[in-house]
Amino acid sequence: MSAMLEVRDLVVSYGKIKAVKGISFSVDQGEVVSLIGTNGAGKTTTLRTISGLMRPTSGSIRFMGKRIDDVAAHDIVTLGIAHSPEGRRIFPRLSVEQNLRLGAFARRDNEVGKDLKAVYELFPILEERSQQPAGTFSGGEQQMLAMGRAMMSRPKLLMLDEPSMGLSPIMMKRIMSTVTTLQQQGTTILLVEQNAQAALQRANHGYVLEVGKIVLKGSGKELLTSDEVRKAYLGED
Amino acid sequence: MSTSTDIETTYADDAEKVSLWDRIGRPVAPFAWPMVLAGAVILAAGCFLSWSYTDEVLGDLSIDFYPGAVQNLMIIAAVLAVIFALMYRGPFSRLGEWLASATALRVLGLGTTVFMALVIALIGVQAGGLVNVMPGAWISFVGAVLILLGAAGLTPRASKDPLHAHLPSWLEILTIVALLAIVLFGAAYVLDIEDGTVFSLVVLFTGLVAFTLTRAGFFTWVGIIAQTHRRVLMLGAVAVAFLFPFTQDGSDANMSIATQVLIFASTALGLNIVVGLAGLLDLGYIAFLGAGAYVGAMFSHSAFATIGWKPNFLLVVIFGALVSATLGLIIGSPTLRVSGDYLAIVTLAFGEIFRLAMGNLDGQDGPRLTNGPNGIPAIPDLEIGSFNFGETHEVFGITLGRFANYYFLLLVVAAIIITVFTRLNNSRIGRGWIAIREDEKAAEAMGVNTFGLKLFAFAGGAFLAGMAGTIKAHHDVSVTPDQYIFLESAFLLAAVVLGGMGTVAGVLIGATILKLMPEKLRFVADYRLLIFGLLLVLMMRFRPEGLVASKRRQLEFHEEDEELADRVEEVHLVEEQEAKA
Repeated sequence: MSAMLEVRDLVVSYGKIKAVKGISFSVDQGEVVSLIGTNGAGKTTTLRTISGLMRPTSGSIRFMGKRIDDVAAHDIVTLGIAHSPEGRRIFPRLSVEQNLRLGAFARRDNEVGKDLKAVYELFPILEERSQQPAGTFSGGEQQMLAMGRAMMSRPKLLMLDEPSMGLSPIMMKRIMSTVTTLQQQGTTILLVEQNAQAALQRANHGYVLEVGKIVLKGSGKELLTSDEVRKAYLGED
Repeated sequence: MSTSTDIETTYADDAEKVSLWDRIGRPVAPFAWPMVLAGAVILAAGCFLSWSYTDEVLGDLSIDFYPGAVQNLMIIAAVLAVIFALMYRGPFSRLGEWLASATALRVLGLGTTVFMALVIALIGVQAGGLVNVMPGAWISFVGAVLILLGAAGLTPRASKDPLHAHLPSWLEILTIVALLAIVLFGAAYVLDIEDGTVFSLVVLFTGLVAFTLTRAGFFTWVGIIAQTHRRVLMLGAVAVAFLFPFTQDGSDANMSIATQVLIFASTALGLNIVVGLAGLLDLGYIAFLGAGAYVGAMFSHSAFATIGWKPNFLLVVIFGALVSATLGLIIGSPTLRVSGDYLAIVTLAFGEIFRLAMGNLDGQDGPRLTNGPNGIPAIPDLEIGSFNFGETHEVFGITLGRFANYYFLLLVVAAIIITVFTRLNNSRIGRGWIAIREDEKAAEAMGVNTFGLKLFAFAGGAFLAGMAGTIKAHHDVSVTPDQYIFLESAFLLAAVVLGGMGTVAGVLIGATILKLMPEKLRFVADYRLLIFGLLLVLMMRFRPEGLVASKRRQLEFHEEDEELADRVEEVHLVEEQEAKA
């Protein structure tokens, strides 16, 4: 069986500067795959290219067997990829519910209400404050909203860009355990993180990016125990 | 430690704010309420006496027991003061639980005092010296000051949230009807005022009353009942607009202003789709109106029309709209990919290109389409079926002239544009626009076709302007390039910003103010750039969301305001409950 998402020799550049220099990886159905790396490694660029917000210079991206590297961003959402962007980018002046409903913008079925309930079940705090402007939320609550909003498009593949950024350890744990819950519910997840420990613990597969290249890959456990990762990301000698 | 200081400072600030009124009010506090009542009576009494020695200033204010226009205004103010005072204490005190009567009285007192001072000064200036001010004016002035001082001595109280005021619906509908009637007769009355100064005073007073009622919380309640009885309000507004020509009895002077206001308002509403809903800054919008007007002129029966084919006018309207929309697509598709500021500059240039192109398509520099700077004059009146728009008609014994005919046609156009506007605003497309305005990148990630929706707004707005333009050509009789200068685009934008981006009522009010003032007031016409510029600066400082604010917009401009956030939340809840019911 071929992979759900297949990235081949992907090169992405900002003008003359190459941010991603030919990376290949794949995500299988039902997996959690983590991309880890420091600032500027090209993780966010990779996600933005997959979701169609940027165009690759060369290489290919296939989703469920179909090439998507020249498909418009709004069509990619319809195909089943949801992107929870870096920095959450919720709509601060809109209410929580409006935010969530905008997450379902690309859909035209009438089961949005049902999915809204599902998101509220996952994050009860969102239901409590469903009419409150999202900008009044704490960082962790905003992250929950961003994830909930991404789930509202009923994605087959959910891409999370640094969900743990700026969160307290407890809130981070909460978010990461939601990742596992979503996986159990059948969503495939591509997770981009700087926090290697948290990201690799839950990953079936992991890739380590450094300045635009994949320098290491393996199962989550393998990477967690590998010397390079321990030294570079977990601060252990 | 630092937190406690912060709290103390806030308290100190609050105390200072209150003290200004309180310091004035404290000595009179024990008898503040009777003082307001007495002030109102004295104010009204003064109005029945002569204000001025000569009968040549401010209409005629020289006759005892025969109040002139300005005196009538002060009688209205006195009546309002009495009503609010009786709300504060007395028979209307139950109503006073809902409206902030003390705050309203303070505003009203201050307003009337300033107003009376202004009137006295004007009499002095226009009649040549304060000797010409008769005792009546001074008595009224004293009354106004008494209201002001008395109101300062009253204690403002927190009023209940009008959201929970559940009045019988017949009463709410009656209020809407009454307000609409006031609008209709008020407009007819205001338009009939010949004297420029009196006109300004009436407008000033209208603003004062509106502000007083706003501070009292009255308009919050009106906003809520308008929401619940949307149908009634809409039918009523249509009826008022439709009835307006019948109040004019064949006078073309006011009707010609009214049609100009309607053309301007319709165009501003179209621009409001682009600016207010999709959040795109368009500085060349007048070109789309111009494109429609030129199409209308070229296909007209004018001897100077450049195209021989004379299709049915309905076809011309559609054709003009399509030409405009095509121009919108051409200018929009390369520029809408970049962010806002670039678009503003490109549209600004486009407006100028349009005007210059129209000035040059005269057969020498290009195909002969527009006759160059001379334009296309002598466009005959419209004839739809056997109905000639140039002729006068008698309906129920009331004469309706040429401009009344165009007025009705333009009313239909305005109705179409308003319908399109509200439909779009409440649609999926409207939600996409909200997302784009809030955060375009995030919207794209949500699956919003940002480019497509922006282009749609741009071309759609152009389509509506083109439609209005074809009628404008016949209304104006001639079409020339210099009618479509950049300044016109700027005024359209000013109407949208002044009235309230993204609202229908606001833009209608904004457009009316901006078009009506220069028509009625010579000095406004002469200094309109200065005056409108000042007005916009003041608006940006004190009410950036515009005269009429959509709830969502208000939040955009006052993010720190938690009380407002709660209110928005409540409105959402009520809407939701209604949707469920």
